[in-house]
Amino acid sequence: MVRNTCYPIDRIRADFPILSEKVHGKQLVYLDNGASAQKPSAVISQISKTYETAYANVHRGVHHMSQIATDAMEDARRKAQKLLNAGNEKEIIFVRGATEGINLVASSWGRANLKPGDEIILSVLEHHSNIVPWQIIAEQTGAVIKVVPIDDAGVFLIDEYAKLLSDRTKMVAVTHVSNALGTIVPVNEVIRLARENGSLVLLDGCQAVPHLSVDVQALDVDFYVFSGHKLYGPSGIGVLYGKEALLNDMPPYEGGGEMINRVTFEKTTYAELPFKFEAGTPHIGGIIALGAAIDYVNDIGFDAISAHEHDLLGYATERLNEMNSIEILGTAPAKAAILSFNIKDVHPHDVGTILDHSGIAVRTGHHCAQPVMDRFNVAATVRASFGLYNTHSEIDALVEGISNVQEMFG
Amino acid sequence: MSTDLRDLYQEIILEHSRNPKNAGTLDDPDGRATGNNPLCGDRIILYVKLDGDRIKDAKFDARGCAVSVASASIMTEMLIGRSIAEVRQEHKRFADLLISKDDPCLADDDELSALMGVREFPARLKCATLPWEALVAAVDGNETDVTTE
Repeated sequence: MVRNTCYPIDRIRADFPILSEKVHGKQLVYLDNGASAQKPSAVISQISKTYETAYANVHRGVHHMSQIATDAMEDARRKAQKLLNAGNEKEIIFVRGATEGINLVASSWGRANLKPGDEIILSVLEHHSNIVPWQIIAEQTGAVIKVVPIDDAGVFLIDEYAKLLSDRTKMVAVTHVSNALGTIVPVNEVIRLARENGSLVLLDGCQAVPHLSVDVQALDVDFYVFSGHKLYGPSGIGVLYGKEALLNDMPPYEGGGEMINRVTFEKTTYAELPFKFEAGTPHIGGIIALGAAIDYVNDIGFDAISAHEHDLLGYATERLNEMNSIEILGTAPAKAAILSFNIKDVHPHDVGTILDHSGIAVRTGHHCAQPVMDRFNVAATVRASFGLYNTHSEIDALVEGISNVQEMFG
Repeated sequence: MSTDLRDLYQEIILEHSRNPKNAGTLDDPDGRATGNNPLCGDRIILYVKLDGDRIKDAKFDARGCAVSVASASIMTEMLIGRSIAEVRQEHKRFADLLISKDDPCLADDDELSALMGVREFPARLKCATLPWEALVAAVDGNETDVTTE
C-alpha cells in the first residue's frame, strides 16, 4: 500500500486538541467520525471570538455589533455556497442540521406539491432522517414511497431504481454516501434518470461533504443537505441547498421573525430567500464557526483529504480481511471512509465496550439505518469511520483491540 | 485489561451468554412481552407459564449482547418457581442495586452478584435491565412492548 507522505498528518492532528485526550488511561483513538467529527482549534476559537468580539443579533440592529455579526454570518453563507458550488447565496438556507433540511423540504415542498398516488423514491441505504420525514408527508398527502434495493455488497441497484421511476415519481430522495456501509451512490446517474422522468432529486450529503468535493451545479441536483458537525464544525447547524426557483415557489416552513417582509393581522408577506426559510434568531455563533470549519477543510483540500481517507479505508479493509471471523458489511467498489463489520459470535455492543477500554471510539448499533441492518439480517454492526486526522497506527490499534475482543470471547 | 472490564465480562457472564439457560420459546404462554432497546435495535421476547401466582416456566428469545443475554439467563434461572410478588421484588432490588451509589454488599451465593460489573458501565445498564422489564410485563399479561426509553 502506497502511503501519502506529503499529507501533513502531524500538523493536522495538532490542530485538534481533543486528540491528545486520554480515555480509560489510553490515548483516544477516535473512529466515530461518521456520527460526529472532532473540532479543530480554528473552529473552537472562532466560537469564542464571535462572542468575545463580534456578537449581536443579526439583520436587525443599526448598531455596529449587529452589523459585523451579520457580515460574519453572511460571509459564512458565501463559504457554504462555494463549498457546494451553488450558483447563488440565496440558495443556501441555514438549518439545524440535515434532519431539519430534509424535514423542511418534505413538509414545505411536499404539502404544496404531493397528491394521492404520487411517488417518492428512497433507497434501502437511507438514514432514518431521510425516511421518516417522507413517511410523514406521504401519510398526510396520500403519496406512496418506493424503495430502491441494494445488493449483497451494499451497492445501490441503479437498474432497479430505473424500473421504479415513472411519471408518478415526484421526488427521489437518496443518500450521497451510506452512513452505515460507506457505499457511494452513483448520484449523477440517479439524477439523470430522475430528470428523464420529470422528478426532483434531494441528496442527503451528510456522509459525503466531509470526504468529497461536491458541486451541486454540476450534479444539477434540486436539494442537497448536510450537517456542520460532521464537517468539523459545531452541532446544531447545517445547510439546505435548494434551487432558487424551487425555493421561491415553496411555502414557508416555520413562521416567525426574520422570515417576514410585512406583518399585519390581515396579511403577511414573506421575506426574500434565504430568509423566508430562516424564521427566528439563527445559530449565529454556530454559523460563523461553520464558516471556519469550511475554511479549515479547504485549506487542506478535498483532493488531499479524499486520498488520505481512501488510503486509510484500504488499509483498514486489508487488515480486517486478514483476521479470522470478521465479516465486513458493505463491500461496494465505490466507498467512502466507513467500515462496518461484525465479529462472529460477539455482539457489537460488547465489542464497543471493550474497544472503549482501549481508548478506541467506534459506533455500535443500527446507525439509524435499520432497513440496512434488516437487509443484512443483523441487529447491529460495529462501525469505524475515518476522518482527515486518522492514522494507520490508529487502525493498528483497532486491529489489536479486535484481537483482544476475540481472545476474551474465544 | 482493566479490572472494570474483567468484572463486566467475568467468566460466569461469558458462560451464560455462550450457553444461555432457558433460551427459546413457549407454546401457549400465559404471558408474553417484547423488550426493545430502540437505541441499539436489541430485542428480547419473554414467555412465561404460570401456575397460580408462581412462574412455572419462562423462556426468552433474544437478539442482544452478552450482557443482556447473560442477564436474561441468570434472571430466568433464578426466578422460575418464584411467585409474581417475588419477581417484582427482585426486579426492584436489581434495578436499585444497579443505580445505587453505594457498593453493593451481596451474599456470595446471590445470583445477582455476577451482574454487578455492569454498574461501572452506565451506557450498558439498559442491556442488563431489558430482560427484567420484559419479564415484569409478561407476568402482568401485557402483550404490549416495553422499551428502555
